Amino acid sequence: MNSTNQNAPLLEVRNLSKHFGAVRALNDFSMAVRPGEVVALAGDNGAGKTTLIKAISGVFQPTGGEILLRGQPVTFATPQEAREKGIETIYQDLALADNLSIGANIFLGREPMRKAFGFLPVLDRKAMAEAAKATMGRLDFHVSRLEAPVSNFSGGQRQAVAIGRAVYWDAQILIMDEPTAALGVPEQRKVISLIHQLKAQGRGVIFISHNLQDIFAVSDRIVVLRRGIQAGERKISETNHDEVVKLMVGG
Amino acid sequence: MTSTSPAQPAEKHVAPQADHGDPARSLVARIAEGRAWLFLAGLLICFEVWSRLAFGATFVLNPFNLQSIAIFAVAPLLLATGQTFVIISGGIDLSLGFIMGLAAVIAAHATNMAGAAIPLPLAMLAGILASVIVAGVPGVINGLLISRLKVPPFIGTLGMFGVARGAAFLLAGGTTVPVQNSWFALLGNGKFYGVPYLVLITAVFVIVMHYLLSQTRFGQHNYAIGANVQAARRAGIDIRGHILRLYVLSAMCAGLGGALYAARFTAGAAQAGEPLLLDSVAAVVIGGASLFGGSGTIFGTVAGALVIAVIQYGLVFVNVEPFWQFIAVGVVIIISVLIDQAQRRFSGARQDE
Repeated sequence: MNSTNQNAPLLEVRNLSKHFGAVRALNDFSMAVRPGEVVALAGDNGAGKTTLIKAISGVFQPTGGEILLRGQPVTFATPQEAREKGIETIYQDLALADNLSIGANIFLGREPMRKAFGFLPVLDRKAMAEAAKATMGRLDFHVSRLEAPVSNFSGGQRQAVAIGRAVYWDAQILIMDEPTAALGVPEQRKVISLIHQLKAQGRGVIFISHNLQDIFAVSDRIVVLRRGIQAGERKISETNHDEVVKLMVGG
Repeated sequence: MTSTSPAQPAEKHVAPQADHGDPARSLVARIAEGRAWLFLAGLLICFEVWSRLAFGATFVLNPFNLQSIAIFAVAPLLLATGQTFVIISGGIDLSLGFIMGLAAVIAAHATNMAGAAIPLPLAMLAGILASVIVAGVPGVINGLLISRLKVPPFIGTLGMFGVARGAAFLLAGGTTVPVQNSWFALLGNGKFYGVPYLVLITAVFVIVMHYLLSQTRFGQHNYAIGANVQAARRAGIDIRGHILRLYVLSAMCAGLGGALYAARFTAGAAQAGEPLLLDSVAAVVIGGASLFGGSGTIFGTVAGALVIAVIQYGLVFVNVEPFWQFIAVGVVIIISVLIDQAQRRFSGARQDE
């Protein structure tokens, strides 16, 4: 497989395994995500979803198998490396600093600086605010008070900020772990519509949820995990809730 | 969501919710943010009225009073600037008081020793430099304990409180160490157009610290770590390096406080900062910072330190028994925290709706 393969999926996982001692948390698992595709990852608690996303996002090394980005095999020693390659994970507990503005959160750890009076390096808050406005606009999310700390915003809005940060840094693959859990119904819809935006921009999304309604509302395909193995893969248009539940529990 | 057929896309656009930008909330928030300055203004008015009624003399417009208050505020403010950074990060530094005492003793010894070899002004600078650098050592240890060994800041710096205390008394030989250096004495007691040098130095230092907290990545990361250390770590911030630098910075602030103390009294004393530690925490809290981390400003702390200095000096000025100072400062701390809680409850309720 070489780098010029245009038809290769954005992300492909081949025969991935992760063993913790004798426990096979993930066993010979394969899946792929293409540009503009939302792949739902479903499975009961302990089925291996978290293990899988941690292996993909560089939190730990797989025991076996390989991860390919646009057809190129990659390994990540740290989550930082995965992020630099365009894989961003959005955790359900929202990795935001609540006391900082949207812009400051987008740029957290990589703040732009400017020179005040021609010599004194200071944070470029204007650039941060403008980038925040433009980025949130791309997500069809319009916010007037760019200087307000994100604690002033609702759960869905904050979820949008976390997604906005990934979009700003040009993440090609977003792994979203239960993004709609702990949100009210209108907020869930907002997040679902954000995922549609990401899809329209040609990014790949791995969407983890317990909520089949949400999975069916947003995904193109669903991959079901059961006890660390791939229990089935279906196109959303060709399956239904009952079949997915059967795959999950092993009917 | 009601049952959706598989192919039906979710609603394309949901109008963003209101930004909660209503005036009532921002007024409460603004009062809470500026409460230290309100306290300060209120106290100055009280003492002015009291002074006029009791003595027929002005309090605020008397330059001697203002100078004295400013001098009073210098040492607690220097400790409190370092403490502000630490508290914003979600920690606390209990060792600052005795690091200041240690630094005062070092400043006295080093100035005397250097004075035997080099010209007095240079010896003075050497003494100040030595005290600030030596103060950094307990800061490094605090930082390593907290960042590498995961010792809670309260315990780690409490241990250092004892170590610095003992070291300071040992170095001082259990007594105060007089400084033989006329330049050092001038630095501590001279004035520039009526403004004491100590106040000028502190003012410049505070502005530099304000810059560091509000305009640099270090400051920005400090706020982020105080609010959500997980988020900061995921954003790629080097938490351990930051915490180490943070405690070195706060210790060095205390070091400068010790050097200026030695200049003011032309002597180094191990117990120089002992009563100031809790004043420094109080100044930060009155200044609007939360002990839970994530909020606070240097200028808020300046106001907090001035509030304490005005209470202490003002009550002496109007001839009240000095023990009332403790009660007054205590009451201000409690009111300040109550305002903070009220504001939190107010904004918290809005967040959960």
